[in-house]
Order: sequence, then C-alpha cells, then structure tokens
Amino acid sequence: MAIHKGRGFASVNYPIGMNLGGDPSQALVHSTPDGKFKVSLSSIDLGQGLKSVTRQIAAETLGVPVSDVYVDTADSDTGPHCMGSFASRGTHRVGNAVIRAATEARTQLLDAASEELEVDARDLVTDGAGNIHVRGAPGRSISVADASIAAQFKQGRTLAGRGIFLVPPSEADPETGEMSPVTCFAHAALVVDLEVDDETGEVTVLEINSAYEVGRALNPRLVEQQLIGGAWMGLSHALYETTEPYYPARENAPLDFNEYVMPGPGDVATHNIAILERPAEDAPFGGKGPGEMCANPVLPAVANAIFDAVGVHCDHLPITAEKILRGLRANGGARPRNRGRRP
Amino acid sequence: MTTVEFRKDLFADERDDNLQEIGQPTIRQDILGHVTGRSVYYDDHPFEGLLHMRCVRSPHHHARIRSVDTSPAEHIAGVRRIVRPGDIPKNLNTLLSLIGFGKDDEPLLAPSKVAYRGEPVLAVIADSDRIARKAVNAVRVDWETLPHVLDVEQALQPDAPVVNDTYPDNTFDYYETFDHQKLRFGDVEAAFASADHIVEGRYQMSPIEQAPMETCGAIAVPETNDRFTCYTSTQALFFSLATTAKLLDLQSSRLHFVGGTVGGGFGGKVDSIVEPMSVLGAMLTGKPVKFMWDREEEMQVGAPRGAELWLIKDGVTRDGRILARQFTGLFDSGAYTRLSSYAVVKATGHLPGPYTIPNVAANVYCVFTNRTPATAMRGFGITGVDFAIERQMDRSADAAGIDPVEFRILNAYRDGDMKAHRRTAKNTALIECCQVAAEKAAWLVDPAVLGQSSRSGGGGTRADIPETVTDETGRIGERRGGRIPLDPLAGPGPKKRVAAGTVRSQEVSAVAPQRPDMEHGPATGESGAAPARAPSVPPQPPHVSTPAVPPVTPPAVAPPVKKPPLPPKKPFSEGVRRPGVPRFLSGTRRR
Repeated sequence: MAIHKGRGFASVNYPIGMNLGGDPSQALVHSTPDGKFKVSLSSIDLGQGLKSVTRQIAAETLGVPVSDVYVDTADSDTGPHCMGSFASRGTHRVGNAVIRAATEARTQLLDAASEELEVDARDLVTDGAGNIHVRGAPGRSISVADASIAAQFKQGRTLAGRGIFLVPPSEADPETGEMSPVTCFAHAALVVDLEVDDETGEVTVLEINSAYEVGRALNPRLVEQQLIGGAWMGLSHALYETTEPYYPARENAPLDFNEYVMPGPGDVATHNIAILERPAEDAPFGGKGPGEMCANPVLPAVANAIFDAVGVHCDHLPITAEKILRGLRANGGARPRNRGRRP
Repeated sequence: MTTVEFRKDLFADERDDNLQEIGQPTIRQDILGHVTGRSVYYDDHPFEGLLHMRCVRSPHHHARIRSVDTSPAEHIAGVRRIVRPGDIPKNLNTLLSLIGFGKDDEPLLAPSKVAYRGEPVLAVIADSDRIARKAVNAVRVDWETLPHVLDVEQALQPDAPVVNDTYPDNTFDYYETFDHQKLRFGDVEAAFASADHIVEGRYQMSPIEQAPMETCGAIAVPETNDRFTCYTSTQALFFSLATTAKLLDLQSSRLHFVGGTVGGGFGGKVDSIVEPMSVLGAMLTGKPVKFMWDREEEMQVGAPRGAELWLIKDGVTRDGRILARQFTGLFDSGAYTRLSSYAVVKATGHLPGPYTIPNVAANVYCVFTNRTPATAMRGFGITGVDFAIERQMDRSADAAGIDPVEFRILNAYRDGDMKAHRRTAKNTALIECCQVAAEKAAWLVDPAVLGQSSRSGGGGTRADIPETVTDETGRIGERRGGRIPLDPLAGPGPKKRVAAGTVRSQEVSAVAPQRPDMEHGPATGESGAAPARAPSVPPQPPHVSTPAVPPVTPPAVAPPVKKPPLPPKKPFSEGVRRPGVPRFLSGTRRR
C-alpha cells in the first residue's frame, strides 16, 4: 500500500455570450446635478462584480475618475431591459451597452465644455482626473463638474446616453450544424499535481499551475477572485459534488450541506495562476468573461492526474474514493504512469 | 496559497495598456455592505402581514393524480388560500419561448400527472411558514403510479414510458425535423479507415447542485396602482418578469421587479418559478406573499446542472494528428426542457473542442427522463463535454505515444483555421496557455513545441471546408418505430454529400450603434478618450519567478493632486440653495 504522485493536464476554450445571439442588454447613463455620473441597469450582480466592471467601463469611456461614477442595478422600473446574468454575457453584452451609453453622454459633455471654453468639441480631451482641456493646451481647461453644471443649469442641456448591445438571433443548420455560436472565446490550460492513496482511494491535490487567457483583465482583482473560486469549484466537481451519487439511480440523495460534500479549507490546493490577455475585437476593451470557463479544465486535469498516478481511468464524475478503489481492484493494483516529466 | 502573475509580454502588440480605469484593481463599491452584512437581499424586505407559501409535491417519479382532498388543510387555523393549477391563467410554459425556441411543456403546478419526484401539484398560503408546512402535510393526494424511466439510453428505447406529453419520443425536437442536433464536417468514416489508431471513450457527468448560500425565493407585494412589486433572487430580472407575465397573463408593465444583490446564483436562479408563484399568491390574497425554497428543495427539487453522457471516437495518425472525431452526446434534461435544449446547441457549436480536426461528426440529444429537470450552471453545456474531450485527448495522446501537452499543441486551433461549425477561428490563444501552464508546472516539453504560436501556422488548407457526408437518420418520431443507433455513422438511411466550401448562412455580428455619437473607438479600447500616459503596469520580463504577492498593484504613479476645496456658489455642490427651498432637499450632502 502506498501513496502515488500523479500529474494531469487539460486545455480548454469557452464561448463568451449567449449562443446564437438574440440576447440584448441596455444601459442608461446620466449626469447628476453635481457633475458625477449614474449608470442605470437592470442587470444582476451575482457577486461576480458586474457593478464594479460596468463602473470602470463607464468611467474609462466617459474619461472621468471611477470615483465619480455610480452604478444602479436590478430594478425593472428604473433600469432598461437586460436579458440577465448568465452564459458569460454580463461583461460582454452589458459592458458593450455601457460603452455606447457612456460614449453618447461623453459627446454631450464635450459639447457643453466646448461652449464654455469657446473651442471646437473635437479639440477637447479628458485627462481622466476630472478635467477637460484643449488638446495640447492643458491650461485651457474646465472641470467635468463645471461643464456638467453649466450644461444643466446654464445651457439647458442634458448629459445622458443610451446604449444597447444585441447580437441578432441566428439558427444552427439542422443537417450540418453550421452556426455562428458566439463572437469570442476565452482560453485556459492547467496542470494538476496530486497524490492518490491506493489503500483508501483518497486524493490529495497538491498544486495547480494554470494559464488563463481572458482578453483583458478589466479589473485584475475581480479576475483573480473568479479564477481562484473557479478552480475550487472545479476540484469540488471533480472529486466531491453530485445530487445523485449513484446516478442514474436516485437513492442516497443529499438533502443539506452535511450530506452534499464539498472541499473544506484544508482541501484547497496551492494555485499558481498566469493571466494572458489577447483582446477580443467586439468585447468591451477586449475583455472576455472568465467566470464560467475557469472551473472547466480542472475536472479533466484531475482525472488525467489520477490515471497518471495509479493507472485507473476515472470517466464517471465525481471521482470518489469508492470509484478509485474499484478501479484499482479491477486492475489488480496501482500502475503509475509518470507522465509530465520534470526537468 | 495562491500566486498570480500577468503575462503582459504575450500579445502586447494587440493591446493598449495605457488606459485610465480599465485594468485597475478597483475595490468594488458594494464590498463594505457585503462584509458588514448590510447589503440588501430579496429576503430583507419586511412587510406587515407577510404570508408564506409552500408546495405539495409528488413523492413519485411518475404518477397520475386520481384525486386531491384539501379539506383537512383548509381547516387549519392560519391557512389563507389553497392555490390550484386552475388558478394559473396560462399553466404551461417553456423558458426559452422568450426567444422562440421550443414548445410550452411544463406546468407551474401539475394538473393531472407528475413526471418527477418533487413536482409541485398544489400550493398553500398561510400566516406562517410553520402553518403552511402543516397544511401541506395535511393535503391528501390519491396517486396512480406509472412506469418511469431514469436512464437516458433506456428513455430512447421504442417502448420507454412517455415522460413528457409534449415530446412523446422523450427527445426535444430540433427544427421540426430531427430528434437531435447534428454536426457534420468532412467524412469521418473515410478518415477512420485511414487512421493508424482508433481510440474510444465513454464519459459521464452526474447532476450537480449550484449550491448557493441563499436559496431561490421571492416576495411579491400588491401595489395600489394595480401593479405588483416582486423582490427576487433571480439572475435574470426581465427573463423572470416576462415569464411571470406570460404564466399569469399580465401585461409585463404591471410588474415591477426588484433584484440586485444575490446570494450566489451559478445558473440556478434563471428558472423563474418562485417569481410567478409569489406574484400569483399576491394576486389571489391581496397580501404580500413570500415563496422561499428550503435547503432540501434547493438540493432535490431545484434544477441542478444536468447529467451528460458523451461517447467519443477518435481516428489518430502515427505522428499524432487527430484525423477524425465523432461524438454521441446525451443530455439528461429531466422531466421538462427548461434550458437543456439550448445547452445541446451550445455544446454542439463547441465541438470538437479547441482543436483543428478535419473530419467531425456529432449527434447530440436532449433526453427526457423522470427526474428533476436540469438547468443552467456555470459552464453550461460545456463543462461536461470539456471533461470528455480532455480525457479523450489524453487517451489519444497515449495511443500515439506523444506527451499530452505536445499532443494538444500539435492539434490546437490557430488563427485562420476553419472550425467544424463552419466559421473561421480568430483571436485564439490555446497554444500560449498550454506553453505557459507547462512552464509554470515545470512540465518538460519539446523546445520545438514551445516555439509554436496561435498567430502562425493556421489558415491555408486548414481553412478549407471539406466535402461533407450528411444523412437524415433520426427524424422526429422514428425512434418509437424501432431501434435506431444513436451515433452519427451508424444510421441506416442513405448518405448525401454536401459540396466542399458550402456555407449556408452569414457570419453574425453585433448590431452597430444606432447613432454615430454612441460609436466608441476601436472596441479593443484604443478610444482616444484618454490621452496616453505612462503604462500603468511596466512590461514584465517573461519567465519571471512568481512572487508570493501578485504584481497586480499598479506601481507608484504621480500621487493624485489633492483637490482644492470646493469653490463657493456652485449649484448643488453643497446642497440646494434656492429661496424657500430647505438646504439638502436634494443634491449632494457634504461635510
């Protein structure tokens, strides 16, 4: 009886946005009386940080500091239509709608500033710190707040913008499956190092080394949070979770978190993450949603590592100790493979 | 422990890193509310006289309802209303009717037959959750149990019990033609014949619970303006609103939905059941009504990530090229469609994974069984098949005697390659991810493989759409007439050939902005909105050892200029100053 080390690899891509389109999202942006900006959405922040990301996108597009932007979400009376937060569509669809709305509002902001500064609006730039100035002449400037207040209380202008983003619906071909599923893909590859105890069937994940390509990390902290949580979920899916432990039989169903088993803090493995950014053409500032993709490569990498460690093909999820022990018995014991050479 | 590094050296020429706010590790605005417990969830809306709703559910996998006796429940003090299927104006729906996909197949409350254990048949509204539970237990239902089927392959046998009367063949109908979604690209049969190795695998994913901390729920309140407000845990506000309007036959503008902060969703809060139920309760009682699942309902009645069965067959050459790959996929949708029909199409568009394979065929089925309906979960339609593909990749690598990382890079898709769904690959980065992950893990690979790039070596003959073999096997209803093989090649019908280069529909892209002033600069962010400034993150040398603290914090830039005090007499800068109007009536309150 012994503990066997194994390593497994997997690489994946993930479609961003709802398959075959037909899922619009809208955004409204307007200036407050003190020259800040409000973004109104009916989209849902599930904890993934949609409010934060749309706030940064609005600030970047408007050319104002992020502290001057507030995001209001999830009220069907005040926020325009949004299909919802699923299918990795939040950042992509809502983010693009916010860009359009903020761009329209910015155009009006620059028009108001051009009237105050008596210059052509096309010659104006924002410094991202709350000021608008003539390109090449930072001295001729007006603050965003002053321009906004002038617009609303002197010029009689609104500073507001509307945005919608829609990939029109399309169909798959019944005969060949030809389709335009989505417009961009995120990518990942991952190595799992683990140990298998051939006496108990217990798996201990030692380390994960990963690379995730996310288009652009719009907020690096939020990306990091998604990738760490996603890897945990991947391990949990691979080794622990199911509502039907003997699927397709429905017996032994868990009813609460005492019976529905998941990894605890002591089961969390060291995870070394690399983030790659290849901006996608139609994504907001190139950013692809990393949240859904990031759990996926962990499941097969764990199974591949278990095969490497003890030579048991684990093709039925979740990979419980019982399944590993049955596999070992059928093979007449562990047969380590030793793939993934180290230097 | 976790370490994070940003490989800014890769694809640097495709990226403008001189942005102001994008790429900053800005702290989320709602974090203080989350960590101090002050964020408002749907259940944080208290109402005087709030009523509670609970459901009477089927104990059987499949049964007919002979009769229901609710009188013992009605006599319990505090019971306000029994909700029956007949109280629901339009008691049949399918979620994706919102985008015109599929037939209405699921009642909100089952009127005559249940098709899974836990299916609701009645609801009780009472003064408290405890009374509602007591009343639910007092309802007597006379059941006539029916034969059931829990296994997807058995459900496709000619003599299998009919799970869902809308789809009597136990499969979702695709395009009013086939009982599955097909993918055909090239000639898989011929390619198998010329391959050196044939590799087969069978992969199964079991159902998985989304397991949010907050269970699904909603509180509906009748308003005085003939509308209903619904506080909900939904992931998709207008999706749930429109579904509620349809089931209750209401103008959608009579509904005001308020959501927002959700205690975890992961796909399990799209199904829109608690919203129409609670609004119906408010309509029937004229009082605020809460319908909230307990943990057991969340675990066993709330829809999980569905089980998937995948059979894959590869034809591989001696030098490690995958010549052909065939899939048979069976999605266990449970008793009703919910969103599994869509997952099938999404999965099919994902095949054969991020690899360039010249011959691909797939038959993917959405199968009805007598279990809790499946629904979305993080990675929907992809997680299960990615498990299958990546297990299969290792098997095929072993057959060819090639290192698993090298095998993937050898077969990886690259810019300009044709994908099996007949669209050109672009913006690919699989090879770079493989290289970086292997390097971080000190997984030794052939140096020649490390020189490969997603941006070169693609296109050319890899961009060709081959002549494709098609068939018409698996028409709707055919399977009831006799056993028909599930896999793409084994069909008995005649084969057809679709000419090389055939593309039948346009590439679809987003609708352009409606007015020029909504047109942002290049979508990758070179907006010109902000003038260039020093790069917010200095280019990092490649192959640096990973520090324990992630280098995401921007390096010191010039300290922000301290803003001068607010100038006087700015409207709204220090509250409203209009004659006769109290200060701070509106505007920003400062100091």
